[in-house]
Amino acid sequence: MTTITAQRKTAPGTTRHSHVVSDSITILRRNLLHMVRYPGLSVFTIVGPVVILLFFVFVFGGTLGAGLPGADPAAGREAYVAYIMPGILLLTIAGSAGGTATTVAMDMTEGITARFRTMAISRAAVLAGHVLGNTIQAIIAVALVLGVGLAVGFRPTAGAVEWIAAAGLLVLIAYAISWLGVAMGMQAKSVETASNWPLVLTFLPFLSSGFVPTESMPEWLQWFAQYQPFTPFIEAIRGLLLGAPLGWSPALAIGWCVVIVVSGYAWSMAIYERKSVR
Amino acid sequence: MNPGNQQKGTTHMNTPAIAVHGLRKSYGGKVVLDDVDLTVNAGTVTALLGPNGAGKTTTVHILSTLVRPDGGTAFVNGCDVVRDHGGVRAAIGLTGQFSAVDKLLTGEENLLLMARLRHLGAKRSKTRVVELLEQFDLVDAARKPLATYSGGMQRRLDLAMTLVATPSVIFLDEPTTGLDPRSRHTMWDIVRGLVADGTTVLLTTQYLDEADELADRIAVLDGGRIVADGTPDELKRLVPGGHIRLRFADAAALDTAARLLDESDRDDAGLVLTVPSDGGVGALRTVLDRLDAADVEVDDLSIHTPDLDDVFFALTGRADTKGTAS
Repeated sequence: MTTITAQRKTAPGTTRHSHVVSDSITILRRNLLHMVRYPGLSVFTIVGPVVILLFFVFVFGGTLGAGLPGADPAAGREAYVAYIMPGILLLTIAGSAGGTATTVAMDMTEGITARFRTMAISRAAVLAGHVLGNTIQAIIAVALVLGVGLAVGFRPTAGAVEWIAAAGLLVLIAYAISWLGVAMGMQAKSVETASNWPLVLTFLPFLSSGFVPTESMPEWLQWFAQYQPFTPFIEAIRGLLLGAPLGWSPALAIGWCVVIVVSGYAWSMAIYERKSVR
Repeated sequence: MNPGNQQKGTTHMNTPAIAVHGLRKSYGGKVVLDDVDLTVNAGTVTALLGPNGAGKTTTVHILSTLVRPDGGTAFVNGCDVVRDHGGVRAAIGLTGQFSAVDKLLTGEENLLLMARLRHLGAKRSKTRVVELLEQFDLVDAARKPLATYSGGMQRRLDLAMTLVATPSVIFLDEPTTGLDPRSRHTMWDIVRGLVADGTTVLLTTQYLDEADELADRIAVLDGGRIVADGTPDELKRLVPGGHIRLRFADAAALDTAARLLDESDRDDAGLVLTVPSDGGVGALRTVLDRLDAADVEVDDLSIHTPDLDDVFFALTGRADTKGTAS
């Protein structure tokens, strides 16, 4: 009895399951090749946050920095660079979801995706290939934006352990947001509308503790800012890089990542099967 | 036989490669397929012939697991297209009318992508890709981006990608639509080559000559129904209309000829006589011998044999009126 059930379980499924990893890597390689060959979208995800960073630091930075609790009014700009850098890094990740959604939506209209669906490739592999590719892209963008931040006066106080922890958390967040980006790209009816949904994500860092302390916001906004995922993301990165008190933020950040990955995964898997060729 | 087996020639002769019964599909109240039955034997070519919107592509999409049917059953290589996606997908290849190539990669990269996804292994992948590039005359363009490919080249690459793992059943959805005559003939040769290797082919087309050229059997699809199914010759026999057309110099000659050939149909104004015929040489000789014996001069003679055009229009015309009545 036992042997029969065991055999049944492996027989039809083996080929598909054992190839999920290698298929994911194959699709990942393809997506990375796209990025290398057509870097337009990738460049855009870096330029956006950099422009916002420079704008906030050099236009608003003096005044906003002076208004930070406990800041020295004379060194407002330096204080503000330190304050918004975690928010800018998260904005970079949030912005990359727009690129993810656009590439996925483009891919869904291409015949090649229909071809994938007629082949014995697991759905998860096709999606994972997108997610991993976009995670890598987001991480590269974060590194470059961080470089610009260092150039304009961002001085983290983190030691090696904190740096590793911050990097790990950023990768995890980028991975989670990529799943959302993929789902949104799948959901979009056309390539043109694909980046609309992720736009909402890029507002979230602004409505968090990323640019000004939440205490300075009206009460109803404060409530939203405190309970949305980007606040613990930003607080955790700020704590790790600048030595601010961490509190529950790392745990909350990881918790949110798990929630986002699971829902993004379920959402995109459901649509992938439902969406047919034209 | 193991349905997941990718080797061809493993299908039992008595199991049809494709078996479709009572297939139905509608999109938002519009019936696209209405009780379609279709059987394709292993190693044969069947053409699904029909005008735009007849349901050809929907049929192919259901058989290749892209679309779920509303009713009926469909088996490919013995695997249910609804319950056993994996089994069907392992056995089939689809080249659709919308090109299924990755336009951002080169031809070679596209083929390698397929080889990897079919898990051929690094070494086998490389040799298979080289083989296909040669077979499909794409060696010179192998490393160029697809943007530089002509329509015919893209279609060839598309088919080459389908053939990376030598599937036993291949669906070709309008494989030559939009191709120039030369590329069309190249594509026909490729299809004939596939069949010679024992592959089962189901192709859809709106070109009658294409179906006639390639197919062992033709199923005429119109308005979501199979309105005729048979060999090209069987279908041609369904339609009367083969005749010899004789034109004479004057009314006297026409009169004489009409009396000699009883079943003929005369057109006094055009001095034309139409004689039913199977288009064979024997029938023609009989007619000419009779006229010769009576010393009747024929000014002009033409032979009209029924072709698939006649079949198509006769069948779909009838089906159309039926469709509007119900």
